[in-house]
Amino acid sequence: MNILFDERLDGPLPAVDRETTAQRLQQAAPGLTLLVREEDRRPFECDGLAAYRVLPMLVALPDTLEQVTALLRTCHALGVPVVTRGAGTGLSGGALPLEQGVLLVMSRFNRILELDPDARIARVQPGVRNLAISEAAAPHGLYYAPDPSSQIACSIGGNVAENAGGVHCLKYGLTVHNVLALEVLTVEGERMRLGSEALDAPGFDLLALFNGSEGMLGIITEVTVKLLPRPQVAKVIMASFDDLEKAGRAVGDIIAAGIIPGGLEMMDNLAIRAAEDFIHAGYPVEAQAILLCELDGVEADVADDCQRVREVLAEAGATAIALARDDAERALFWAGRKNAFPAVGRMAPDYYCMDGTIPRRELPRVLKGIAELAEHAGLQVANVFHAGDGNLHPLILFDANRPGELALAERVGGRILELCVEAGGSITGEHGVGREKINQMCAQFQPAEITVFHAVKAAFDPQGLLNPGKNIPTLARCAEYGAMHVHDNQLPHPELPRF
Amino acid sequence: MTEKTSPHPDVPDHDHAAALCEQVAEAQRSGTPLRIAGSGSKAGYGRPVTGTPLDLTRHQGITHYDPVELVVSVRTGTRLAHLQRVLAAAGQHLPFEPPHFGGDATVGGTIATGLSGPRRPWSGAVRDFVLGTRLITHEGRELRFGGEVMKNVAGYDLSRLMVGAQGTLGALTEVSLKVLPRPAAAHGLRLRIPLAAATTKLAKWGRQPIPLAGAAWMDGVLYLRLEGGPRSVAASRERLGGEDLDPDFWEHLREQQLPFFDGAGSGAPGPASAQASDPRPLWRLSVPATTPPLALDGHWLYDWAGAQRWLRSEASALMIREATDRVGGHATCYTPGAAEPFTPLAPVLARHHRQLKQQFDPRGLFNPGRLYPDL
Repeated sequence: MNILFDERLDGPLPAVDRETTAQRLQQAAPGLTLLVREEDRRPFECDGLAAYRVLPMLVALPDTLEQVTALLRTCHALGVPVVTRGAGTGLSGGALPLEQGVLLVMSRFNRILELDPDARIARVQPGVRNLAISEAAAPHGLYYAPDPSSQIACSIGGNVAENAGGVHCLKYGLTVHNVLALEVLTVEGERMRLGSEALDAPGFDLLALFNGSEGMLGIITEVTVKLLPRPQVAKVIMASFDDLEKAGRAVGDIIAAGIIPGGLEMMDNLAIRAAEDFIHAGYPVEAQAILLCELDGVEADVADDCQRVREVLAEAGATAIALARDDAERALFWAGRKNAFPAVGRMAPDYYCMDGTIPRRELPRVLKGIAELAEHAGLQVANVFHAGDGNLHPLILFDANRPGELALAERVGGRILELCVEAGGSITGEHGVGREKINQMCAQFQPAEITVFHAVKAAFDPQGLLNPGKNIPTLARCAEYGAMHVHDNQLPHPELPRF
Repeated sequence: MTEKTSPHPDVPDHDHAAALCEQVAEAQRSGTPLRIAGSGSKAGYGRPVTGTPLDLTRHQGITHYDPVELVVSVRTGTRLAHLQRVLAAAGQHLPFEPPHFGGDATVGGTIATGLSGPRRPWSGAVRDFVLGTRLITHEGRELRFGGEVMKNVAGYDLSRLMVGAQGTLGALTEVSLKVLPRPAAAHGLRLRIPLAAATTKLAKWGRQPIPLAGAAWMDGVLYLRLEGGPRSVAASRERLGGEDLDPDFWEHLREQQLPFFDGAGSGAPGPASAQASDPRPLWRLSVPATTPPLALDGHWLYDWAGAQRWLRSEASALMIREATDRVGGHATCYTPGAAEPFTPLAPVLARHHRQLKQQFDPRGLFNPGRLYPDL
């Protein structure tokens, strides 16, 4: 099943006209930068999921809130779909444009509006880069905790829309745990404030609902984030294992010892070899798995925890345990992990990065399943794992120039996500559903649950103009998906209408 | 109803989901409003609801708990005290430290009201620990959102939306919560210090590696709680000075059992006698922590390092709400019987609340009017 917008499965899109829309937008929002010529729109045809490209009807790059408001009012009046885009680093195609829609690019909203070190908050525009917040907070000894690996480029608006994670989520939470308030514009162009600089707000927790809503419910125009004091010290321990399962059990043993590491990452042999070849981080290329365990906090406690973790790892059967001697070596240990994706990318012309989550106890079974799928398909899969919180990133290696291999990689990827669901997990831990995993949503949720998701959407955007076709599949799409997975000759959704 | 051998023999294990779904479906057919009922420990928090009780108190049991996964799944009628006992036996706890306000407080009421205790600014709130829910919808079907994994961004986050919604969007039957190890060491301190100085110090300490996990101020005394490893707690204790604090202080603060709260009516009766009680209404002001003192007459108790301020005052609701609104906060009246216990919503926000309610509960049968007259 192709993931590009398909009106037969995803519902009809309104008939729109480029010239009329452009003209009306220019009238309503004087000074709005609008890209109309094909060569100007071309750079916006995809986000981080570059295998899929659609040329947007128009690209708007507003500078002011008034322009965004006018754009939304106009598009609402004309019935024109709006796809919002931040830095365009998302991996699930959440900002994949529509031929019949306006692409609203928020990248010019890139100012830090306020940074209050006493209140430990920063109020920023949505186009501010994730890392820029921590850089601005650094002179005060503060930082913004969520650190997706794209943090030098990705913007905070997109982080909120995707509920982005990173390597420190187990201890410091996802984006939703670190955002205090949002200013949003509704599809009608009305302002709404969600959350508060206080620690709660009256009414429903719409702030939580908007985190991870993938631009389907409103447009984020301002974000207030919580800043944390930089940990006094951080230490990294690297442990090698001759067996993946032992490494998996060691993760549980660390947590059972009452220790919550700042980061706890696992890599399998293929990922280790790729990273070592690329970064020369000193990884043991013979090991079947390594664990990187970062302990951070107050110096005295970290010293005690390091001792405990070393003992636990030794008991769990680690073949080697190394504590980074200094900050330089700590950075090197992390560099291997943080560059694991590009490192694996050097081993094959293309790779496809998955993002499933599982209960940690299921790790051996799921890894075995992945290995079998890979072998059956004749593709290599490297595994990088946020082990502390059960977030698995299998990287499927393939060559898109070989006929059929992209489709094969996608099929293997889809099966891996289904394995995660079968193990009691989720099809996405931090990358989002976007367009990429729209079909696998049908594996994770029942039609009745998907219907409730559509009801939420209808409460904010009854005409379905904001980012149509993303995040939540139609029941028609699920029926088609189900038909490909018929078990015992029974169609999963016989009651559904087909477009 | 199904019975099975429970791995937690102290906790009753009864699955009444099917009967509860049937009752909701029947109410839907007959158009009868439902009052979702736990133990009633937090009945005074919010507007009164008229409706047939949907009794969740017998729907009990810990359905899954694996301490190493840091997740527990529990039916919403389970007593909060039972859950906390099971977690404590494994060296774990609910970091958001919810108030009970009565011995029979249920997990469902804890999630539905979304109230967090003194650790909240450092640990996060109830909603920060909710990973998944089972919910009976207006059609009488039990659906599942979220799950038992730490990270899950598939679909909208309906589990967190249910926290604090007080049952107005559906009836919660089960919830999965992230749990954490209990801190290895804890110590309470009291420092005699005026409010202005306390505020300055808290702002400074907030940027330093001090393992704070509680900060309250009342009548010239700053109350601090340190939690962490034994060595960092000992070092901070030395550095901050002051006198040792009765360890029960934080529980009394959380359960509104300090004399300050006497006669307020929302929590359990305090230890002091009813005759000594303060007749003035009890207000909770949620404001940015660094907000200077508000010009409202009354008796103040600051919690959450200044972000949650309790006020006993005769001032009108309008005055209190205007003062909190000016600083970007909101005010809740905890004394039962207030016409509008919760701060009214701005018009655009209110409209989207109504639209959400309309989608989840088109006939308005789940706890109608609990939060606001039209929800």
